[in-house]
Amino acid sequence: MSIRTPYARVQGLGSAKEGVGHFIAQRLSAAALIPLFLIFIAFIISIADADYETFKARISSPLMATPLLLLILTGFYHMRIGVQVVIEDYIHKHGTKLLLLALNTFWAVGGALLCIYSVLKLSFAG
Amino acid sequence: MAHTPMAERPLSPHLQIYRWTMTMATSIIHRATGMAMMAGTVLLAFWLVSAAMGPEAYAFAQGLFGSPFGLFVLFGYTYVVFFHMLNGLRYMFWDLGHGFNPQFADMTGTVAVAAAGVLTLLTWSVGLYLRGGF
Repeated sequence: MSIRTPYARVQGLGSAKEGVGHFIAQRLSAAALIPLFLIFIAFIISIADADYETFKARISSPLMATPLLLLILTGFYHMRIGVQVVIEDYIHKHGTKLLLLALNTFWAVGGALLCIYSVLKLSFAG
Repeated sequence: MAHTPMAERPLSPHLQIYRWTMTMATSIIHRATGMAMMAGTVLLAFWLVSAAMGPEAYAFAQGLFGSPFGLFVLFGYTYVVFFHMLNGLRYMFWDLGHGFNPQFADMTGTVAVAAAGVLTLLTWSVGLYLRGGF
Protein backbone atom coordinates (compact mmCIF):
# COMPACT_ATOMS: atom_id res chain seq x y z
CA MET A 1 0.00 0.00 0.00
CA SER A 2 1.54 3.27 -1.09
CA ILE A 3 0.33 6.80 -0.55
CA ARG A 4 2.37 8.06 -3.54
CA THR A 5 0.43 9.24 -6.54
CA PRO A 6 0.40 7.05 -9.66
CA TYR A 7 2.19 9.90 -11.48
CA ALA A 8 5.12 9.77 -9.03
CA ARG A 9 5.29 6.00 -9.52
CA VAL A 10 5.41 6.34 -13.28
CA GLN A 11 8.21 8.90 -12.96
CA GLY A 12 10.19 6.44 -10.87
CA LEU A 13 10.43 8.81 -7.92
CA GLY A 14 11.08 7.56 -4.41
CA SER A 15 13.53 5.20 -2.80
CA ALA A 16 15.61 2.94 -5.03
CA LYS A 17 15.91 0.53 -2.05
CA GLU A 18 19.69 0.43 -2.50
CA GLY A 19 20.82 3.16 -0.10
CA VAL A 20 21.72 0.96 2.87
CA GLY A 21 23.95 -1.28 0.78
CA HIS A 22 25.82 1.80 -0.49
CA PHE A 23 26.17 3.14 3.06
CA ILE A 24 27.57 -0.15 4.39
CA ALA A 25 29.94 -0.61 1.43
CA GLN A 26 31.40 2.86 2.04
CA ARG A 27 32.07 2.14 5.73
CA LEU A 28 33.33 -1.41 5.25
CA SER A 29 35.81 -0.39 2.55
CA ALA A 30 36.90 2.56 4.74
CA ALA A 31 37.66 0.23 7.65
CA ALA A 32 39.62 -2.12 5.40
CA LEU A 33 41.66 0.77 3.99
CA ILE A 34 43.10 1.78 7.39
CA PRO A 35 45.50 -1.17 7.83
CA LEU A 36 46.12 -1.39 4.07
CA PHE A 37 47.22 2.26 3.92
CA LEU A 38 49.53 1.87 6.94
CA ILE A 39 51.18 -1.17 5.30
CA PHE A 40 51.56 0.83 2.08
CA ILE A 41 53.31 3.71 3.92
CA ALA A 42 55.75 1.25 5.49
CA PHE A 43 56.37 -0.27 2.04
CA ILE A 44 57.02 3.13 0.43
CA ILE A 45 59.52 4.04 3.16
CA SER A 46 61.26 0.67 2.76
CA ILE A 47 61.80 1.11 -0.99
CA ALA A 48 62.37 4.87 -1.15
CA ASP A 49 66.09 4.55 -1.80
CA ALA A 50 66.18 1.02 -3.23
CA ASP A 51 67.52 0.21 -6.69
CA TYR A 52 65.20 -1.31 -9.30
CA GLU A 53 66.01 -4.97 -8.59
CA THR A 54 65.49 -4.58 -4.84
CA PHE A 55 62.24 -2.69 -5.45
CA LYS A 56 61.05 -5.43 -7.80
CA ALA A 57 61.94 -8.20 -5.36
CA ARG A 58 60.07 -6.47 -2.52
CA ILE A 59 56.92 -5.56 -4.45
CA SER A 60 56.63 -9.08 -5.88
CA SER A 61 56.81 -10.74 -2.47
CA PRO A 62 53.37 -12.28 -1.77
CA LEU A 63 53.32 -10.55 1.61
CA MET A 64 53.68 -7.16 -0.11
CA ALA A 65 51.87 -7.75 -3.41
CA THR A 66 48.72 -9.05 -1.69
CA PRO A 67 48.10 -6.04 0.60
CA LEU A 68 49.05 -3.75 -2.30
CA LEU A 69 46.50 -5.39 -4.61
CA LEU A 70 43.91 -5.23 -1.82
CA LEU A 71 44.70 -1.52 -1.34
CA ILE A 72 44.23 -0.88 -5.07
CA LEU A 73 40.94 -2.81 -5.27
CA THR A 74 39.49 -1.38 -2.05
CA GLY A 75 40.80 2.14 -2.65
CA PHE A 76 39.39 2.49 -6.16
CA TYR A 77 36.10 0.94 -4.98
CA HIS A 78 35.86 3.39 -2.06
CA MET A 79 36.70 6.24 -4.45
CA ARG A 80 34.04 5.09 -6.92
CA ILE A 81 31.18 5.16 -4.40
CA GLY A 82 32.43 8.24 -2.53
CA VAL A 83 32.89 10.45 -5.59
CA GLN A 84 29.51 9.22 -6.84
CA VAL A 85 27.85 10.85 -3.81
CA VAL A 86 29.75 14.11 -4.34
CA ILE A 87 28.65 14.24 -8.00
CA GLU A 88 25.02 13.48 -7.10
CA ASP A 89 25.08 16.18 -4.41
CA TYR A 90 26.47 19.04 -6.49
CA ILE A 91 25.77 18.37 -10.18
CA HIS A 92 22.09 18.86 -10.97
CA LYS A 93 22.21 19.05 -14.75
CA HIS A 94 21.06 15.65 -15.89
CA GLY A 95 23.42 15.11 -18.84
CA THR A 96 26.50 16.44 -17.05
CA LYS A 97 25.72 14.32 -14.01
CA LEU A 98 25.39 11.13 -16.06
CA LEU A 99 28.62 11.91 -17.92
CA LEU A 100 30.59 12.53 -14.71
CA LEU A 101 29.14 9.41 -13.06
CA ALA A 102 30.22 7.38 -16.09
CA LEU A 103 33.73 8.90 -16.10
CA ASN A 104 34.00 8.17 -12.37
CA THR A 105 33.21 4.52 -12.98
CA PHE A 106 35.52 4.34 -16.01
CA TRP A 107 38.48 5.70 -14.01
CA ALA A 108 37.66 3.48 -11.02
CA VAL A 109 37.80 0.36 -13.21
CA GLY A 110 40.47 1.53 -15.66
CA GLY A 111 42.80 3.04 -13.06
CA ALA A 112 42.49 0.01 -10.81
CA LEU A 113 43.27 -2.30 -13.73
CA LEU A 114 46.31 -0.22 -14.74
CA CYS A 115 47.68 -0.57 -11.20
CA ILE A 116 46.82 -4.25 -10.84
CA TYR A 117 48.28 -5.20 -14.22
CA SER A 118 51.49 -3.32 -13.36
CA VAL A 119 51.90 -5.07 -10.01
CA LEU A 120 51.29 -8.45 -11.63
CA LYS A 121 53.79 -7.70 -14.43
CA LEU A 122 56.42 -6.67 -11.87
CA SER A 123 55.74 -9.93 -10.04
CA PHE A 124 55.57 -12.43 -12.90
CA ALA A 125 57.27 -11.07 -16.02
CA GLY A 126 61.04 -11.25 -16.39
CA MET B 1 8.64 21.01 -17.82
CA ALA B 2 12.36 21.43 -18.31
CA HIS B 3 11.60 24.43 -20.49
CA THR B 4 9.54 26.30 -17.91
CA PRO B 5 11.53 29.41 -16.90
CA MET B 6 12.47 29.29 -13.23
CA ALA B 7 10.71 31.92 -11.14
CA GLU B 8 12.91 34.08 -8.86
CA ARG B 9 12.38 32.36 -5.55
CA PRO B 10 14.05 32.98 -2.21
CA LEU B 11 16.99 30.62 -1.65
CA SER B 12 17.84 28.90 1.60
CA PRO B 13 20.92 30.32 3.37
CA HIS B 14 24.16 28.78 2.16
CA LEU B 15 27.86 28.64 3.13
CA GLN B 16 28.52 32.39 3.05
CA ILE B 17 25.74 33.08 5.59
CA TYR B 18 26.82 30.77 8.40
CA ARG B 19 29.61 31.31 10.89
CA TRP B 20 32.28 28.69 10.27
CA THR B 21 32.31 25.86 12.78
CA MET B 22 34.73 22.99 13.21
CA THR B 23 32.13 20.37 12.24
CA MET B 24 31.31 22.32 9.07
CA ALA B 25 34.99 22.83 8.20
CA THR B 26 35.90 19.16 8.73
CA SER B 27 32.92 18.06 6.63
CA ILE B 28 34.08 20.27 3.76
CA ILE B 29 37.73 19.24 4.15
CA HIS B 30 36.65 15.59 4.20
CA ARG B 31 35.09 15.96 0.75
CA ALA B 32 37.96 18.10 -0.54
CA THR B 33 40.52 15.54 0.61
CA GLY B 34 38.42 12.79 -0.95
CA MET B 35 38.52 14.56 -4.30
CA ALA B 36 42.25 15.28 -3.87
CA MET B 37 42.82 11.55 -3.38
CA MET B 38 41.05 10.88 -6.67
CA ALA B 39 43.79 12.99 -8.28
CA GLY B 40 46.24 11.02 -6.12
CA THR B 41 45.12 7.75 -7.73
CA VAL B 42 46.55 9.14 -10.99
CA LEU B 43 49.94 9.47 -9.26
CA LEU B 44 49.71 5.91 -7.92
CA ALA B 45 48.83 4.56 -11.37
CA PHE B 46 51.62 6.61 -12.98
CA TRP B 47 54.16 5.27 -10.47
CA LEU B 48 53.14 1.60 -10.81
CA VAL B 49 52.89 1.73 -14.62
CA SER B 50 56.34 3.38 -14.81
CA ALA B 51 57.77 0.68 -12.57
CA ALA B 52 56.24 -2.03 -14.75
CA MET B 53 57.72 -0.47 -17.91
CA GLY B 54 61.29 -1.01 -16.77
CA PRO B 55 64.27 0.47 -14.91
CA GLU B 56 64.52 3.67 -17.00
CA ALA B 57 60.84 4.59 -16.62
CA TYR B 58 61.01 3.72 -12.92
CA ALA B 59 64.09 5.94 -12.44
CA PHE B 60 62.26 8.77 -14.24
CA ALA B 61 59.20 8.45 -11.97
CA GLN B 62 61.35 8.20 -8.84
CA GLY B 63 63.22 11.31 -9.99
CA LEU B 64 59.95 13.23 -10.36
CA PHE B 65 58.65 12.17 -6.94
CA GLY B 66 62.07 12.82 -5.39
CA SER B 67 62.30 16.38 -6.75
CA PRO B 68 61.49 19.24 -4.34
CA PHE B 69 58.06 19.75 -5.92
CA GLY B 70 57.44 15.98 -5.98
CA LEU B 71 58.29 15.67 -2.29
CA PHE B 72 56.03 18.65 -1.53
CA VAL B 73 53.12 16.96 -3.33
CA LEU B 74 53.76 13.64 -1.55
CA PHE B 75 53.98 15.43 1.81
CA GLY B 76 50.62 17.08 1.16
CA TYR B 77 49.20 13.76 -0.07
CA THR B 78 50.28 12.12 3.21
CA TYR B 79 48.39 14.74 5.23
CA VAL B 80 45.33 14.41 2.99
CA VAL B 81 45.11 10.64 3.50
CA PHE B 82 45.73 10.82 7.24
CA PHE B 83 43.08 13.51 7.69
CA HIS B 84 40.52 11.62 5.62
CA MET B 85 41.26 8.48 7.64
CA LEU B 86 40.98 10.14 11.07
CA ASN B 87 37.89 12.15 10.15
CA GLY B 88 36.38 8.99 8.64
CA LEU B 89 36.88 7.28 12.01
CA ARG B 90 34.92 10.18 13.54
CA TYR B 91 32.09 9.49 11.10
CA MET B 92 32.12 5.81 12.02
CA PHE B 93 31.60 6.68 15.69
CA TRP B 94 28.78 9.01 14.67
CA ASP B 95 27.25 6.15 12.66
CA LEU B 96 27.30 4.07 15.84
CA GLY B 97 25.47 6.89 17.63
CA HIS B 98 28.36 8.35 19.63
CA GLY B 99 30.09 11.73 19.76
CA PHE B 100 27.24 14.05 18.74
CA ASN B 101 27.57 16.45 21.68
CA PRO B 102 28.48 19.77 19.97
CA GLN B 103 31.49 20.54 22.19
CA PHE B 104 32.77 16.97 21.84
CA ALA B 105 32.22 16.98 18.06
CA ASP B 106 34.20 20.24 17.79
CA MET B 107 36.96 18.75 19.93
CA THR B 108 37.26 15.54 17.85
CA GLY B 109 37.34 17.69 14.70
CA THR B 110 40.25 19.72 16.06
CA VAL B 111 41.97 16.47 17.06
CA ALA B 112 41.55 15.07 13.52
CA VAL B 113 43.08 18.21 11.93
CA ALA B 114 45.99 18.29 14.38
CA ALA B 115 46.63 14.53 14.66
CA ALA B 116 46.78 14.23 10.87
CA GLY B 117 49.58 16.80 10.95
CA VAL B 118 51.41 14.95 13.72
CA LEU B 119 51.11 11.60 11.91
CA THR B 120 52.34 13.20 8.66
CA LEU B 121 55.40 14.69 10.37
CA LEU B 122 56.04 11.40 12.19
CA THR B 123 55.81 9.39 8.95
CA TRP B 124 58.23 11.69 7.12
CA SER B 125 60.61 11.83 10.09
CA VAL B 126 60.77 8.03 10.22
CA GLY B 127 61.18 7.85 6.44
CA LEU B 128 63.97 10.42 6.28
CA TYR B 129 65.67 8.95 9.35
CA LEU B 130 65.71 5.42 7.90
CA ARG B 131 67.09 6.78 4.64
CA GLY B 132 69.88 8.47 6.55
CA GLY B 133 68.53 11.90 5.64
CA PHE B 134 69.34 13.35 9.04
